[in-house]
Amino acid sequence: MYVSYKWLQDYVDLSGITPDELAEKITKSGIEVEGVATLNEGISGVVVGYVLEKEKHPSADKLNKCQVDLGDGEPVQIICGAPNVDKGQKVAVATVGAVLPGNFKIKKAKLRGEASNGMICSLQELGFESKLVAKEYSEGIYVFPEKTEIGTNALEKLHRDDHVLELGLTPNRADCQSMLGVAYEVAAILGREVKLPQPEVATVSEKAEDYIQVTVEAKEDNPLYVAKVIKNVSIKPSPLWMQARLMAAGIRPHNNVVDITNYILLEYGQPLHAFDYDRLGSKEILVRRATDGEVITTLDDAKRELTSDHLVITNGKEPVALAGVMGGANSEVGSDTTTVLLESAYFAGGPIRKASKDHGLRSEASSRYEKGVDPNRVRPAAERAAQLLAEYAGGEVLTGSVEADSLTVEPAVISIHIDKINRVLGTNLAVSEADDILTRLQFETAADGGEITVTVPTRRGDITIEEDLVEEVGRLYGYDNLETTLPEGSSTPGHLSAYQSKRRVVRQYLEGAGLYQAVTYSLTSEDKVMQYALDVRKPIKLAMPMSEERSMLRLSLIPHLFEVLKYNGARQNDSLSVYETSSVFLSTADNELPEEKEHLAAAITGLWQSHPWQGEKKPVDFFVLKGILEGLFSKLGLLEKIEFAKLEKEGLHPGRTAEILLSGEAIGVIGQVHPKVEKELDLKETYVFELSLEALLEAEVEPLKYEAIPRYPSITRDIALVVDKTTAAGELATIIRQAGGKLLKEVNVFDLYEGDRMEEGKKSIAFSLRYFDPERTLTDDDVVKAHDKVLTAVKDQAGAVLRG
Amino acid sequence: MQERLKELQTEALEKISSAVDLKELNDIRVSYLGKKGPITEVLKGMGKLSAEDRPKMGALANEVRDAISKGIEEKHSKLEEAAVEAKLAAETIDVTLPGRPVTTGHHHSLTKVIEEIEDLFIGMGYTVAEGPEVEKDYYNFEALNLPKGHPARDMQDSFYITEDILLRTHTSPVQARTMEKHEGKGPVKIICPGKVFRRDNDDATHSHQFMQIEGLVVDENIRMTDLKGTLEVFAKKMFGEDREIRLRPSFFPFTEPSVEMDISCKICSGKGCSVCKKTGWIEILGAGMVHPNVLEMAGFDSKKYTGFAFGMGAERIAMLKYGVDDIRHFYTNDVRFLKQFSIHE
Ligand SMILES: [Zn+2]
Repeated sequence: MYVSYKWLQDYVDLSGITPDELAEKITKSGIEVEGVATLNEGISGVVVGYVLEKEKHPSADKLNKCQVDLGDGEPVQIICGAPNVDKGQKVAVATVGAVLPGNFKIKKAKLRGEASNGMICSLQELGFESKLVAKEYSEGIYVFPEKTEIGTNALEKLHRDDHVLELGLTPNRADCQSMLGVAYEVAAILGREVKLPQPEVATVSEKAEDYIQVTVEAKEDNPLYVAKVIKNVSIKPSPLWMQARLMAAGIRPHNNVVDITNYILLEYGQPLHAFDYDRLGSKEILVRRATDGEVITTLDDAKRELTSDHLVITNGKEPVALAGVMGGANSEVGSDTTTVLLESAYFAGGPIRKASKDHGLRSEASSRYEKGVDPNRVRPAAERAAQLLAEYAGGEVLTGSVEADSLTVEPAVISIHIDKINRVLGTNLAVSEADDILTRLQFETAADGGEITVTVPTRRGDITIEEDLVEEVGRLYGYDNLETTLPEGSSTPGHLSAYQSKRRVVRQYLEGAGLYQAVTYSLTSEDKVMQYALDVRKPIKLAMPMSEERSMLRLSLIPHLFEVLKYNGARQNDSLSVYETSSVFLSTADNELPEEKEHLAAAITGLWQSHPWQGEKKPVDFFVLKGILEGLFSKLGLLEKIEFAKLEKEGLHPGRTAEILLSGEAIGVIGQVHPKVEKELDLKETYVFELSLEALLEAEVEPLKYEAIPRYPSITRDIALVVDKTTAAGELATIIRQAGGKLLKEVNVFDLYEGDRMEEGKKSIAFSLRYFDPERTLTDDDVVKAHDKVLTAVKDQAGAVLRG
Repeated sequence: MQERLKELQTEALEKISSAVDLKELNDIRVSYLGKKGPITEVLKGMGKLSAEDRPKMGALANEVRDAISKGIEEKHSKLEEAAVEAKLAAETIDVTLPGRPVTTGHHHSLTKVIEEIEDLFIGMGYTVAEGPEVEKDYYNFEALNLPKGHPARDMQDSFYITEDILLRTHTSPVQARTMEKHEGKGPVKIICPGKVFRRDNDDATHSHQFMQIEGLVVDENIRMTDLKGTLEVFAKKMFGEDREIRLRPSFFPFTEPSVEMDISCKICSGKGCSVCKKTGWIEILGAGMVHPNVLEMAGFDSKKYTGFAFGMGAERIAMLKYGVDDIRHFYTNDVRFLKQFSIHE
């Protein structure tokens, strides 16, 4: 809503308050003022001139040579290119030395050899928005009414010595979609009076009811319809002050009748519609729901097919307006209109919103109906419009209005105790203070002890419960005046859940290990959605995605980590390690919420370590990433429950991929990205893992308990075993551990040999075994016994032979 | 004889002093103090002496031996020290060469902001509540006083999956779910961080996905002054002790009264500049007293309980705090962007 500072003064005394001060006050106590525009900002030296003579420029077809009287003696010569400039016009002249918007300075000039001492201006050149300039002046200069005094300040004549406040209205403040609504608000803030317009209409003896009959079929959609008839109007431009106010509010002037309906819309917030009575085609108005397939051609010449969701105004047979949204072309007011049928109606928001949405038509009228208008302004608005039509269109207002009224208007009555106000706000207001604030809002109040009974005017449809009154009191009391306190009452322990705090440990560990945290989008494309999914389910698709790229909920984080690597790789950062913790979405039954599982994924590429001047350069490999994971499992106390088992998975290297098992349950994968995929995505050798963070963080962990520091020495034995190439080191280690009994504390691989000196198909793996008894010093005998069992077990179970 | 011993002492000490290494020193010791050395030789002539002179000469011989030994010892430690020094000198390195880098990663800037806020509120007795990112219309809208057809639903055009299921448009459904779990008993004191989604075209200031952090307190006797005090603590901690806050009336369907909180502009100290759109204030978050309908729907008696809630975008906080100019940076994960947030202030 754009509010002219000067116009507002019709209703509230603003003396002593600048537009900027007013804006700040409004912002602090009610509605955010998003900007204050000074309409004549950066413009000077523009006066009203009179075109004495006009002749063609001797050497330029499209230019005219004008002699213009500026009211200060000698006329000046101005070359003007506007097609509509003519002798006898009063025009806006930017004189030599004038400044126009954009710091455009007017200087003496010669145009094709002819002197030009100034510029005759169009409204656009004076800072008006093109879309607001009336059609007749949109292609040329502006022409003032004949009586305008020569030599006066043209911008003042155009009412541009004004400021416009742009209000950012929240949906609840529909009341401020009108100047009167804003006036009530400002009056309450300033503690001043509101002066309402007092329409006085002289009527002729003919009666409206003899001209028109109104029937409403759809009473719920249209509980009140008021029609007035105004005869003998003459269609012409509306007065300049009205046009200026419309333009300041963002509405383009048309003609006096249309402008008056728009003016009332702005003033009262009540949309009106003017029909050409003679083109209505009957003496009847019938309001009903449209029939399916019914067609109307609206004012914008668009043919619109209707349904029974839409409300129409008809002449008894066919639609003449799409109610509350736009009039029909068939009954439009034109230059030859003499009798106007004026409609002022109360329409329910529902069908208006539907029609406006279905037809993509959001008008000043529809947006007001959608948010709700004041039922008590329907009649005064019609009266005020009739008054203006008589005044500015020479109309004769017929006696009476024709109404269809099934509306019951009951203002909300709310009782509230002062203790409630103080309890919610944390204030210590007296009853009189709260009462005074509510009275400033022009609410009717009655105080009885601590109880205040408030009758809320119908213009404030947003106020329905006690808390709404608390807000009114609070905001006008001023939130600046509130103290600052902290919640009292029982104390609560603040903490992270075990899951949340472990997740932080996971992040810190990975970051300490060299990985950056990435955050990527949860929405992905159809071709990526199934890639690398740990749990393959039917992907979940948005009903109305904004793009194919972001149309489905992801099942894996890996594809988006690839994008991160790719993006950085293209910017000379080809050594990069990133991880992400984020949810994947697993569909369940239709119309049920999906299962959301938080996953942890990482991708590493390029050099893992690089210290060039010492000749160190270590590219990433499987074991770098596996080592990071093992460290993580160890940090979480889970390493002993983890196994890695060889796996083949689409998109990963068939020989370099493992499944990660926690207590025997698969929780994720680790592997090298398949070279085919690497090539496709233009990635260097890349390793990834993804696993269920939930499985990891929710796994049971032995409580931390101190173990005595060993008092006896341990004994270490190394063995090198020759086995088939396909035998996994992990399997051997498991066999060794099981066979070694309780004395065997550690099993570590310390060498792997697959070279020429081995028999075809064989390899040698060397393990270091540490034996230890916390109770006593081990004897050789003890170790030999245990060690023999180990050797037998690996021989029997894996065909392993001791390497000689 | 006596003279001979003195001579030997002087001669040995001269040799010791001019010895250049440990080997030479050792040779000196062997030659003077050894069994076949000159002192022993001299002492062989002791038999010729009187019984009276014999012990005197013996004592003198010992003195000479001791003097030589002591000289050798002193020289020995000097030579050793010199050897160590020489070794160290040979081991000198260029200490200005770069060290071996320890590569570490870091939190994403959004996590940094969220954890900072979480920790601040945990310190004030809050717990961290999380909930699903795909939500039921009921929790996302209806339970928050936004029934179907409510005009305010336009304010946040959403991604629906079915008519009843959508990507949450705020983390408020977590508040609704948490209150419901409390079964009408306070206090509830939570902070809810998480991803949210709205139908916005991605540009410098809009993102179809962003992080929100909301807070909720429900108890008997929660006042708007408590909200103001809590927000002031938050603003000063996040943006600096010198910042001022102001509450401005606003509208949210789930709170009544509703406010927006601004902080004073750091750049112009409140005088007005382009960053604060000439107002001197920068909008940070929305807040308000929990709407009685929301309390009632979650099973709380709104006559007995009151509450406050607030919510903000983590990206906006990070953008203001660190001066980030484009919201898309948070999601492209350019390592040159990520690295800048490694510093712990
Ligand atoms: Zn500023």
